[in-house]
Amino acid sequence: MTDHSTLLKVDDLRVWFDIKPQGAMPWTKPLKLKAVDGVSFELKAGETLGIVGESGCGKSTLARAIIRMVPAETGTALWLGEDLLSLDRKQMRGHRKELQMIFQDPLASLDPRMTIGQIVAEPLKTHFPRMSAKEVKEKVRLSLERVGILPNMVNRYPHEFSGGQCQRIGIARALIVEPKLIICDEPVSALDVSIQAQVINLLMKLQAEMGLSLIFIAHDLSVVKHISDRVMVLYLGNVMEISEASQLYKSPGHPYTEALISAVPIPDPKANRARQVKLLDQDMPSPLDPPSGCVFRTRCPIAEVRCAEVKPELADRGNGQAVACLVR
Amino acid sequence: MTALLEVRDLTVRFATQDGTVTAVDRISFDLHKGETLGVVGESGSGKSQMVFAITGLLADNGTATGSARLEGQEILNAPASVMNKIRANRIAMIFQDPMTSLNPYMRVSDQMAEVLVHHKGMSKRRAVQEAVRLLDAVRIPEAASRVTMYPHEFSGGMRQRVMIAMSLLCQPDILIADEPTTALDVTVQAQIMQLLADLQEEFGMAIILITHDLGVVAGACRETMVMYGGQLMEYGTTDGIFESPTHPYTRGLMRAMPRLDAEGGELATIPGNPPNMMNMPRGCPFVPRCDYALDKCWQERPRPEMIDMPGEDETRLRACLRKVEELG
Repeated sequence: MTDHSTLLKVDDLRVWFDIKPQGAMPWTKPLKLKAVDGVSFELKAGETLGIVGESGCGKSTLARAIIRMVPAETGTALWLGEDLLSLDRKQMRGHRKELQMIFQDPLASLDPRMTIGQIVAEPLKTHFPRMSAKEVKEKVRLSLERVGILPNMVNRYPHEFSGGQCQRIGIARALIVEPKLIICDEPVSALDVSIQAQVINLLMKLQAEMGLSLIFIAHDLSVVKHISDRVMVLYLGNVMEISEASQLYKSPGHPYTEALISAVPIPDPKANRARQVKLLDQDMPSPLDPPSGCVFRTRCPIAEVRCAEVKPELADRGNGQAVACLVR
Repeated sequence: MTALLEVRDLTVRFATQDGTVTAVDRISFDLHKGETLGVVGESGSGKSQMVFAITGLLADNGTATGSARLEGQEILNAPASVMNKIRANRIAMIFQDPMTSLNPYMRVSDQMAEVLVHHKGMSKRRAVQEAVRLLDAVRIPEAASRVTMYPHEFSGGMRQRVMIAMSLLCQPDILIADEPTTALDVTVQAQIMQLLADLQEEFGMAIILITHDLGVVAGACRETMVMYGGQLMEYGTTDGIFESPTHPYTRGLMRAMPRLDAEGGELATIPGNPPNMMNMPRGCPFVPRCDYALDKCWQERPRPEMIDMPGEDETRLRACLRKVEELG
């Protein structure tokens, strides 16, 4: 069952990429692209944290920085009290089995030359090299059964499966080392609606059975709201709002959250006509040259002069809602 | 009222190495002037091939039979010289990925002017002026200076606007939009859908909107056609279909979507996988996944039939061997 101890505590995480400006000379100073700029949050055991935002807001980079797939500039990520970002390679390797990841393109994340039995067994070979072949086989069988793939399919190759089945295989591979946290990066975006529902239900069932924590990254707000306990809204590498999922929809705290929610089409013609879509002007500014103060102010309907000067801090509003906005 | 576009028993077959594949099976519909028809279906439902057949864009190994009349004129399998004129002046099309439909080596001004010079015999200068006027109409800021940019200098949403402007150059009667917002963020999607609605009012063209997103259909279309495995499953007014779906597939699809305005819990799923076109059941294409399937459903392919909706004055087409009352 879920206990409420903190599993992961990320504090002031920044990921900056060096970008060569156009026509750069070897000695030209690179520009800094601030993909993630000062993100802090906590994740409790057994909890699902959803991360939403438009493309380019840094949601994938944030997740990748936590598991050290991209280097972080500054910040800490305390995993059960130990900072993941300051571990050396060997120490980090010891933790990798506790944090697993599943990806958006289910077919591309499976090696086409390996059978699914080999694919699912691979994490065991890395993390438990001394495990006997018999035990490996048994664990693969169990893991595949858990995600609804028949064990007699272990000798088939990824191309023989549909998109939804490939995603299940990806989940089985993540589960086999019994992780505490699974980071799901757009796991259902490439799937058809009917298959999407199957995978969401599977993830929720596994979470309840195994007491997993999930970080669920998606651009589809309806899916994120459905699966998450709390939702973090990112914009240009900054946290706009972290709220309980039901709260977020009922009373969005940040004007950006409001705009995002109003843009999601509802599959009901009457409800659709009844509501007002709050269209955002323009495109997202370039992350190479983000606006001063609040990064959202250039598109914000309620921006004031002071928004250009002061960067709003994420402030707890009680009732499980934290918002970074000076005006509201 | 006679329809602008009248499609009857449209069938598309592809000759492949492993035999003939029927991608679209006897689809009929009417499109009236200035109206929007939504076509919903999962991948492989034949929705794109259907419009490719109408516009004469099928791959070489594809053949189309049946009839498609544009104001009485038969256009299905019309010779290339006729189709070129129709595609220029009567039917325009926009696609999912604007980057791959624009020529990356040509300035937007050149690509857009080319159309007018070729089809309308305008001078280059006059054509560029017209291009700027339409870029203005699709609300691209500073159109006059941006018209000389290359496609990669635009963002995804702006590129789709360029595509829309390009499709409107010759003032078509019908605009076919094949998943126009699938590759875009929700906020940009909302902008584009609003734009399409405004342009429709301004230019009075009819739109065929192909999408897998029921939410988009609910917001934009007066009539909706639901396709599965190349067949029409249900066809009627959007309000009616969302209010009282009568086909097991339509019902399943609606229940499988997580909604922003509803609470979480387990999603209803449609079991199984989307159909494999190479290996279609003899009967109804949906039968392996249908909760209501009878023995006869495996043997006999249901044809769309008019049904009267109780309490409403609309009629609806529905392809199912079970009666509506039997579905409970």
